[in-house]
Amino acid sequence: MEFNSNFILGCSAIGAGLAVIAGIGPGVGQGIAAGHAAAAVGRNPGAKSDVTSTMLLGQAVAETTGLYGLLVAMLLLFVKPLVP
Amino acid sequence: MGAGILLSGADDIDFMIHGVFQYELFGQKLWITTTHVCLFIVMAIIIIFCLCANRAVKRATEIPGAFQNVVELVVEMLDSMIKGVMGKNATAFANYIGTLFIFILISNISGLMGLRAPTADYGVTFALGLITFTLITFNKFKYQKVSGVIKGLCDTWPNWAPINVIGDVAVPISLSLRLFANVLSGTVMMALLYGLLGFIATGWPAALHVYFDLFSGAIQTYVFCMLTMTYINNAIEG
Repeated sequence: MEFNSNFILGCSAIGAGLAVIAGIGPGVGQGIAAGHAAAAVGRNPGAKSDVTSTMLLGQAVAETTGLYGLLVAMLLLFVKPLVP
Repeated sequence: MGAGILLSGADDIDFMIHGVFQYELFGQKLWITTTHVCLFIVMAIIIIFCLCANRAVKRATEIPGAFQNVVELVVEMLDSMIKGVMGKNATAFANYIGTLFIFILISNISGLMGLRAPTADYGVTFALGLITFTLITFNKFKYQKVSGVIKGLCDTWPNWAPINVIGDVAVPISLSLRLFANVLSGTVMMALLYGLLGFIATGWPAALHVYFDLFSGAIQTYVFCMLTMTYINNAIEG
């Protein structure tokens, strides 16, 4: 079966769109982390700077999986590994 | 360039790495790219700052002047950050972590000055990840000895050794990909903004620059250094 490169490019675009759905997970995770940090600051306002830096560190690590999805989308759209 | 973006009418979107100069080495075609150029500009900025700092510290006065104050502030901040995570191991690694922090920070911020951030090239961040990996492995063998390393590999059950090896190898890859993807996403966003909305992009993109270049760059620098310190500390203490 023969596919022309426009068809493959279109399918790559759909795949890129699907790959970016990976952003849902980090969004939920970062929201939970921020919510708990807000609760912690409310309970103990003196530890605000410690809580904030810990929260940002955890969020940045949690962000990684979403960024992997972004990378896959970028590769599909701009490097075009599947287009002959 | 993807056809999808070309269809929407803007063909001046540009965030790729370009070759500047081609040369041949051992029969391989190699390129000096825009990343190298930006990297050298960043390095020149850091070296000039360091030379000035060296002069200022050599002629240090009891009541510090403005520049000496800045230098002392930077050094004290880095020292306290490193001491907070690594404790008694801090002195041995303060140099490396400090260098790493300043280099990555200036690289990320260089997007503000119109350069293409060097850390948006996987070649740069992967090299940083590999240096960290080398340090982790070296310190593991130095402090835990071979028996300790084998014991760590056969954690809980000897047959899990391959999985533990994969876990060790994944460290530099995830470290470097995290930094790379964050900076790249900022670069792509700004390129899309200027390419597609160029006709109304006056003034307000500054706010996005503050987020993508300054905030995101500083956070990722902090995270990279923090994780490097944590991994090295784990390797030393077993």
